[in-house]
Amino acid sequence: MRALSVTARAYILCALVAAVCCALPALRPGAGTPWATTALLAALYTACELLGRRPFLVSAVRVGAGSFFPVLFAAVLLLPPSAAALVAVPGALVGHVERRPRAVRRAWRAAQLALAAWAAAHVCTFLDGGASLGGGAVGAAPDFPYVLLPAGAAVLAFCLVLTALDGGILCTAERLPVRTAWRGLLLRSVAPHCVHGLAGLMMAVLWRSPYGALAALFVLLPMYISCWVFAQYHRERAAHQATIRALVQAVDIKDQYTRGHSERVGRASVMIAREIGMDEDRVEVLRFAGILHDVGKLGVPTRLLRKDGPLTPEERRIIELHPEYGHEMVRGIGFLGEARAAILHHHERLDGSGYPYGLAGGQIPEFARVVAVADAFDAMTSTRSYRRARPVATALRELERCAGTQFDPRMVEALTRALARQGWHHRVTSDEQSDPRGNVPPLRGGDGSCGPVPGGDAVPPVAAARSHEPGRPA
Amino acid sequence: MRGPVLALLLVYGAAVVLTVYALGDTLWYGITAPGIALAFGALIVLGELSRWGVPGAPSALPAEREPAPLGAAGALAYALLGQIAGQPTTHGALQVVAVVVAAALAGAVPHIAAGHGPALDHVVRRVLTVAFAAVCFQPLYNSGLWGKWIGHGPYHALLLLLLLVLTALCDAVLAATMARARTGYPYGPLLRDELRALLGIGSAVCATGAVMALGVAVAGLWALPVFCVPLLLTQLSFRRYAAVRTTYRQTITSLARATEIAGYTPHGHARRVALLSRAVGRELGLSEPDLTVLEYAALMHDIGQLSLLDPVPAGATASLPPAEQRRIALLGGAVVRQTGVPAEVAVVVERQADPYREQPLSARIVRAVNAYDDLSGESGGGLGGPLSALEQLRLGTGRDYQPEVVESLARVLSRGGLTPSPPG
Repeated sequence: MRALSVTARAYILCALVAAVCCALPALRPGAGTPWATTALLAALYTACELLGRRPFLVSAVRVGAGSFFPVLFAAVLLLPPSAAALVAVPGALVGHVERRPRAVRRAWRAAQLALAAWAAAHVCTFLDGGASLGGGAVGAAPDFPYVLLPAGAAVLAFCLVLTALDGGILCTAERLPVRTAWRGLLLRSVAPHCVHGLAGLMMAVLWRSPYGALAALFVLLPMYISCWVFAQYHRERAAHQATIRALVQAVDIKDQYTRGHSERVGRASVMIAREIGMDEDRVEVLRFAGILHDVGKLGVPTRLLRKDGPLTPEERRIIELHPEYGHEMVRGIGFLGEARAAILHHHERLDGSGYPYGLAGGQIPEFARVVAVADAFDAMTSTRSYRRARPVATALRELERCAGTQFDPRMVEALTRALARQGWHHRVTSDEQSDPRGNVPPLRGGDGSCGPVPGGDAVPPVAAARSHEPGRPA
Repeated sequence: MRGPVLALLLVYGAAVVLTVYALGDTLWYGITAPGIALAFGALIVLGELSRWGVPGAPSALPAEREPAPLGAAGALAYALLGQIAGQPTTHGALQVVAVVVAAALAGAVPHIAAGHGPALDHVVRRVLTVAFAAVCFQPLYNSGLWGKWIGHGPYHALLLLLLLVLTALCDAVLAATMARARTGYPYGPLLRDELRALLGIGSAVCATGAVMALGVAVAGLWALPVFCVPLLLTQLSFRRYAAVRTTYRQTITSLARATEIAGYTPHGHARRVALLSRAVGRELGLSEPDLTVLEYAALMHDIGQLSLLDPVPAGATASLPPAEQRRIALLGGAVVRQTGVPAEVAVVVERQADPYREQPLSARIVRAVNAYDDLSGESGGGLGGPLSALEQLRLGTGRDYQPEVVESLARVLSRGGLTPSPPG
């Protein structure tokens, strides 16, 4: 977060004042606050948050924040509004905060949770939620299914207040436009809050029952474990992505001219896919197809990849094996799905003169057609040892010229449209220097134009086509 | 091998006798409170339907030890159910067993239809553990002694928890016994892995079982659908975790195959070394997390060769001079550090060419198994059959290979070598 703007400070201050006003009535003498329950729940919430601050017993994975909302929901159902607001405060003040300024964030979080709990408890009281929980002196059974109504309404109110306040802070502190700040915030948070709400309802019911607070604690264990597993899932996913990057880096070790090429092809493929309205799931797989399209170069001798002069037909034949090598390597990775076909076929051409199988037209998988265009585009806009990078406009003209014979015109058109809207930022990897003169820095990497097979990196199947290459040493 | 198989037969026999007796008794005397039995039966069937896990895969993940958490929690809750909406229940332990068996079998039908196999071990375990819990609780409760000694207050909840912990321990012992009979691995490490799994999904299942039993006692059958939601969430989290782990394993296998495709190592070498290392690690009593480190390290142990300009003949690093071996190992460690696997894996890869006395155990295993695969005929570049390869390893036990590791390898090989291969 940057230095807080005046608006943001004022906004946070307002929330703090409002929260204090909500919680104060509980401290008034004669308010009839059930102090024992309040203190127990507040201590429980604080303990949970403290537990969240330190790594889990067995493995060094931190359990994320928000795993302890069931305690707050139980407080909302069990306590009067001002006491429910109080329960959230100590836990939020000691909880784990990712980024600085920590003190401000903690105070903000305490105020936010207190306000949300207060509002939710009011809704619950209005719908007579406390009595329908049963228990108490009479020992009545909880009034199922009616009790679901106040509980559900309270969860919804809690969720609404939280999102509204969150959106506000995004507007004032992060200076996001109002519309984007709130977009999707509510929809994303309703489902998890409902699950936490049900757990909170269980806690409240058991708390009021003869079995008491201890039984209510049992409810937290599955929640805690699922949060812990979720944190491990995120760690494992990050490790997996690092491994994919390692695969790409292994190619870079061998073929130093194409550094950053794979990432950029992934990005250009995603731009095309979004433009032609592909499903988000497939887009994600396509990104991997772009990133991994040249992974088969690991199987090509380093000497050939680094060779500067023209290649003999025999050497060219060996390099042209790389799509098949790549396919062989990633064959066992289940989640890549269609991407495996793209890796095998990204050097096929629409007129059937490509390799390895010489597929034509619609026989070429859609993913492969996308990756082929992205690959050629990045190759042309990157500098290779034998020529400088070309401007984006020139590269697009070249692609359009070859649309229909080599590339799928639909994909070329989509790329043109996407570039017109978003532009092309060449930099991807941190070790590249940006060029102050334009968005296409001189890079070690990339090759192509429609003539030389793009991304085949100095392996033209049609030798004559090489005449399009300006400045290429013969 | 005879002891463990006998134990397995005993376990199966006990489960079958118990099932027949319980079903017969229940059919003869009729079902008490059929509504409640039906509700819990339906819950268990649902839980079994959502069963998951890949049969035959190494269950590296604790969750796969309890493939149907909802079914388990429902069954435990029924075994420990004492009241419903404040009214005492009257079903006995035998009825609990009968309902659980019927529901588990009904839930298994679609799995059999889909060709996944009946997973009989799983049903047998379920029957025996639930019978244990029910026999501990129901007779005591139905005779009124429980109410007299313990009452229906906080102590009731506490004792239920204690009972569930005992049940979970009993389940772990049972699972380890069955795994011992099926795989022949030493009992100690298997039991330790089962107990470790209790901390994860096991405790969630137990807690949910207790919460369901208490919740139904307070609020009636309405509690069932409401109270199974958090466990479903846990199951979902475990499932996503398992999916990403599978993918991760596949990706690492692919990375390992890079050296084969580049012609540096013989086809299938990394995979064979990984499988054999895992088996030897099991034999030596490594725990599940250690085995994962061992497997990843074995898969990637040759990755350093990618940095070589000229391939080693047939990739057989075992016959290179020691200094060269160590250089390749260090290069490999550098690559592995970039891949996001735990740092222990990189250490194993780096140290694999050191004399065994300076190595961690995993590196000793990888070194011996790698040398075996290089030297035996299986790689194609071999200098003789498996026997002569083992003989050469034994000759090298003064410095390079640990004698215990080589002997474990020999035992694994004499048993027919490899366990079923994991997918990918």
